[in-house]
Amino acid sequence: MVVTTSWYLALAAVLFSMGAVGLLTRRNPLIMIMCVELMLNAVNLTFVSLGAELGDLGGQLSVFFVLVVAASEVVVGLAVVVAIMRRRQGATVDDLSVLRG
Amino acid sequence: MDAAVFLISAAIVLAGAGGVLVARSPVHAALFLVQTLFGVSVLFVLQDATFLAAIQVIVYAGAVVILFLFVIMLLGVDRSEDLGMEPIVGQRPVAALVGASLLGMLLIALLVSVDGPTGAHGANAALGDAADNTRRLGEALFTDYVFAVELTAILLTIAVIGAVVLARKVRGPLAPLPVVVVASATIEDPEAGDGPTDTTDGHAAGEDT
Repeated sequence: MVVTTSWYLALAAVLFSMGAVGLLTRRNPLIMIMCVELMLNAVNLTFVSLGAELGDLGGQLSVFFVLVVAASEVVVGLAVVVAIMRRRQGATVDDLSVLRG
Repeated sequence: MDAAVFLISAAIVLAGAGGVLVARSPVHAALFLVQTLFGVSVLFVLQDATFLAAIQVIVYAGAVVILFLFVIMLLGVDRSEDLGMEPIVGQRPVAALVGASLLGMLLIALLVSVDGPTGAHGANAALGDAADNTRRLGEALFTDYVFAVELTAILLTIAVIGAVVLARKVRGPLAPLPVVVVASATIEDPEAGDGPTDTTDGHAAGEDT
């Protein structure tokens, strides 16, 4: 059995969908950020697979930049969560609707 | 051999993702996330992306998940979440439907509609083999993509400053957030035991009608 690029793409599609479902169902903001990480990883997997398929380094370079952006996103997101949780213990994302303008 | 490695790591990845979805405690979810990230890193190695596999383990499974765990422990939100009740009636089926249709569309777009991936072969930089991977990535990053690297450096600096500003302790008492009327307290609070049961009863009654 030869592992083709399609296998990786199918796996990444499943992983992305699972992350999306988690984002829609969970209400703990921390777990929702983790689900975003799952989706980002699925995209990284497609980048690397297509880069390997086409013999191009661009896919891996994109993943490098995605990693950097994901790291800064997590830092800012967790800082927001800390700032909110300090004012209201056990807040869920439904409580965050007070952030609307 | 490749197929066996792929299938095993795919099983690890999907099991970890499922764990993140259903784990009641945020700590368990973070550990399942580590499992998924390790599986993805094995898949990177399988595709000769050795540098990214190392970065994946060091930055993601190391730094990012440790940051998650720090925040969980710092806030003391490691209480288990009550997954039994639906916060919004019909949210789970709708989410499952959205996820299934998203998966279907992705699979059709990726596998059925086009005859495999298309595009120019090695237009910018040749991929090279695994032993060469890190050198080639470094050369590309610091020649062709050096401006993007500078931009990410600025982005990281801004993120760090923003995190410090956001997480700083404000002097004086904070005004409490206004209470929202939507079904709150799905994250079980052991001190206030009667809150969640009330909401569960209200929802069970709501679903009957």
